[in-house]
This record gives sequence, structure tokens and C-alpha cells, in this order.
Amino acid sequence: MSIVALNANPIPAILPGSGGLRGALSDLFWRRPKVLLLLMLLPPVLWLGIVYIGSLFALLAQSFFSIDEFSGLINRQFTLKTYGDLLQAANLDIILRTVTMAALVTLASAIVAFPIAYYAARYARGRWKALFYLGVMLPLWSSYLVKIYAWKLILAKEGILTWLLTKLHLLWLLDAWLSLPVVGGNSLSVSFTGTFIVFVYVWLPFMILPVQAALERVPGNLVEASSDLGASPGQTFRNVLFPLALPGIVAGSIFTFSLTLGDYIIPQIIGTSRLFIGQAVYSQQGTAGNIPLAAAFTVVPIVIMGFYLWGAKRMGAFDAL
Amino acid sequence: MRSDRGQSAPLGLKAAAACGLLFLHLPILLIFVYAFTTEEKSFVWPPPGLTTQWFAVTWNRPDVWEALSLSVRVAAISTTIALVLGTLCAAAVSRTKFFGRETISLLVILPIALPGIITGIALRSAFALADIPFSFWTIVLGHATFCVVVVYNNAVARFRRTSGSMIEASMDLGADGFQTFRHVVLPNIATALLAGGMLAFALSFDEVIVTTFTAGQQQTVPIWMLEELIRPRQRPVTNVVAMVVVLVTLLPILFAYYLTRDGDQIAGSGK
Repeated sequence: MSIVALNANPIPAILPGSGGLRGALSDLFWRRPKVLLLLMLLPPVLWLGIVYIGSLFALLAQSFFSIDEFSGLINRQFTLKTYGDLLQAANLDIILRTVTMAALVTLASAIVAFPIAYYAARYARGRWKALFYLGVMLPLWSSYLVKIYAWKLILAKEGILTWLLTKLHLLWLLDAWLSLPVVGGNSLSVSFTGTFIVFVYVWLPFMILPVQAALERVPGNLVEASSDLGASPGQTFRNVLFPLALPGIVAGSIFTFSLTLGDYIIPQIIGTSRLFIGQAVYSQQGTAGNIPLAAAFTVVPIVIMGFYLWGAKRMGAFDAL
Repeated sequence: MRSDRGQSAPLGLKAAAACGLLFLHLPILLIFVYAFTTEEKSFVWPPPGLTTQWFAVTWNRPDVWEALSLSVRVAAISTTIALVLGTLCAAAVSRTKFFGRETISLLVILPIALPGIITGIALRSAFALADIPFSFWTIVLGHATFCVVVVYNNAVARFRRTSGSMIEASMDLGADGFQTFRHVVLPNIATALLAGGMLAFALSFDEVIVTTFTAGQQQTVPIWMLEELIRPRQRPVTNVVAMVVVLVTLLPILFAYYLTRDGDQIAGSGK
């Protein structure tokens, strides 16, 4: 009986087994696919596990250390004191400011992205479709710093935007906006409005792609049926298109929200001196040398994104990715 | 016959979509104009005059060349590591179903799903805990980690379209595992790997957030640009470098798109 079982093994009986180490290895992989699977998985899992997950745990561990206020040295003993520091009014301000900005940026990107995604999904065909696709891909992959730099050129006081508004005799509008309390400032490049515009610009492609993917799946005759039944374009949008596009919008908002929460370069280059979470992390670990507080600050976006992803999953956003 | 053929979009939608695309592209085009401006001190528009002298000035700047050389070396090595790890992972995940398969794909995507500052400071605090000094390899370590996902995405999409029966046929015809890989698997996934590699290169070449935490005193091109943005020394040189960076990242993207355009999933749609 055991002989039968051995013969049932899928060994090609026609050819003699190939010799040498190479042949032996090849035969081993064929007989035991699990060995091959293990060998294939080992390098990437070891790399990501040690380098990445290991580092994340190192970071998390640091957030439970504290800093000695007199010597500035890090005290490597478990404490929740650093998280207590996080709840100071100044730090809560930073968190609230960042989350508000992230929410506004997400909302604005969704509004700007929708027409582009809808046109690309429903009306663009053939060559135009490819053009639209590249039209979103190229800005997505263009250099992040160059994009920010371009906006520094645009928003500068002597830059193209002021020039354009002067030509259109609308400069008073810009001045009126800049004189507003929170959103204004000396010029657009040192105001929250500027930070907001650049955030929307830089993350917009991340919103367009999933919304377009969601809209591609809406059959065109659904929209026609709605208007045949007497709905106005507005009603069709509210009752048919928007609910079907919502998973795509939520999927896109994962990117816009998470990226805004963690960014520290945009508000540093275009914005006011009031900090965002990313900047707080950067200055705590750099100039202040308070790595525990920096680590505790990074836990905030992780927790917020954790809840966000959980909610998004419930809305079926991951099917639209 | 489908009724939605040949139907044209409402004017408002056309206008909104066109404005959106212009919003995405005009700022980048502006970089090309500023690279030729004669103005040195400010960002004044319109440029008072046009000149090509800044290209020569940039060409003779050793710091720009050093940054470029470091960036290219880091990107090349990170891409190589990412190609090996990403392909292995994609092959394992798409060939077989095994326990923890979902966890593996999550593990690969995580470095790019979490904000870059978290990856950056996590690596930095790990280096600090383990007393590893900053070097060329600390930059590579960070870059390779988030480049794996780009290669992985492309390779997984291609493996999904490649039929497993081809591998079986090759083995039935007497090829051993290595011959099958060399003559059957590799030709099938080659363009996907090339596209993934190009995207990984572009991603590494452009990365700044993680790099600021892992580079120490070294300067890659994005770090050099960041320094110039915060403490400008010679604005026209920055303009020229910005234009060159746009071109250097543009070409791999277009080529990667060209390589995978017939596929069911097109390269780069998940940066």
C-alpha cells in the first residue's frame, strides 16, 4: 500500500533526475511547494518585519518614555507622563488645527475631483480617455517639492496671481480676503488659505483616481432612467450618482485625510508660524530633542486613521480602491 | 445599440473638468518659464527677460552634482532591493493561498499607507535605539521599504493575468524549476517588473519626508531643494534644478505607462 502511495507522487518518470545541486533544488521545490513558498516569503517578510514593524515598535516604545526636564536626557522607564503632556492646551490646539485642515482639504478635493472623474468615466472615450488618465497621473507622480515650489511662485506677492488679479481689476477682492482674521495674512504664501490651496492641489489626484474607478462602475442607463422618470439633473445627482460614488469618495478621502495629517513640509514652506502635527513632531525630535513627545504626537494620526479606516471599511470603501 | 454613444457632456461639466485639469497642470508649466527668467531676487511675474545663463551656472555647481549623484545611487540600489523583495512577495501571494496571506499584503502596503513622517521618525528612533550612525545605507533602508509596494502592485497584477498552466506545461516538457523561471516566468513578467522598477526609481528619487529623518548631513536632490526653499541662496539655480527634476521623473512615468497600458491594471495608479 505504501508503494502505491509513493508511485502516486507526481514525479515525471520519463526523464532521469537531473544531477547536481541545481537539479536537487529544483526537485525539492517541485515535491514540496511549501519550501519554495517559505523561501520566497522569507526575504520580504524579514525585511519588512525587522526594518519596518521593528521601527514602528521602537517608536511606540519611545512614546512611553519621558524626558528629564532638567538634564534633557531621556528616561527609559515606562510612564504615561508624555501622553499627559500631549493634552496641554497648546498641543490640543495643534491637533485640532490639523484635523480641521485635513477635513476641509478632503471636502474641497472631493468637490474639485468629481467633475474630472465623472467626465473621464462617462464621456471620455479612446484617445481622450488615455489623455485624461495621463492628465491625472503626471501631476500625481511629479516631484512633490517642485509642486510646492511652483505654488510659492504663484502665491508670492509679486507673483502671477497678483498680476492676474490686477489685470482683471479684482485686487480688492484678494486684499479683502487677506484682511480676514484666521484665513488671511500678509500675502497668500504666508496664510492658511495658501496652505489649504497647496494641500488641495498636491493631494487632488489621490481623490480623482478612486472616484473615477467608482463612477466607471455606474451604468450610463441608470442616469438616463432617472431623468426619464422625471428627475432633474440635481435630483439625479443627489439620489443616484452621489450614493454610488460615495465609496470612491471615501476611499480617496483616506489618502487626502491621512496625507494632510502627516505632512510637515507644506505648512512649513507655505503657511503661518502656527504649527501642524507634522511640524510639531519634526521640531520635537529635532531642535527640542524630545523624542518621547514626538513619538506620542505620531500616535495621534495613527489612532485617527485607525478609526477612519474602520469607518471606511464599513462603508465599503476598500472595494473602490 | 447603446444610447449613450456619441452623447456629449453638458457644458458645465466640460468646463469644470477642463478647469480642474488646468489647475493640475498650469503650476508645473510655470516652472519651465521661471527656469529662463533673468530676475534673480524675487518671483516677479511676468519675467523681465529670458536667458539660458542659469543652466550654465547650475552645470558648474558641485553641490548640485553631489546631490544628484547621491540621489541616483540611492534610487538605483533601493530599486534593485525592491525589485527582488517585491517580486518574491508577489509570486508567493499570487501562486498559493496560505494562512496569513492578507496580512502579508497589508504588511507590504503599510509603509505607504501610513503618513511618511511616521515611517521616517520610526526609522530614526530605531537607528537611535540601535546606535546606528547615519550613512548611505540608512537612506537606502528607508527607501527600499516603501518602494517594495510599487513593484509588488505591478507584479501581482501581471501574475494574476499569467496562466499557471504555462508553468505546468514547461515542467511537463522536462524543464526544471530554474529553466521554467528563466524561459517562461521571466519573459512574462519582464515588462511589469520594468514598469514597477521605473516607478520605484521615480518614487525614491523624489522622496523627501522619510529621507529627512534618515539622511543626517547628506543631501539628496529633494533635500537640497528643501534647503533652498527654506533658506534660498541662489533662486535661479533652484528654478533650473526644479525643471530638471520634473523632466527626470516625467520620463520614467511615461515609459512605465507605455509598458503596461494594455494591462487590466495600469502602473502607478496607486502611488
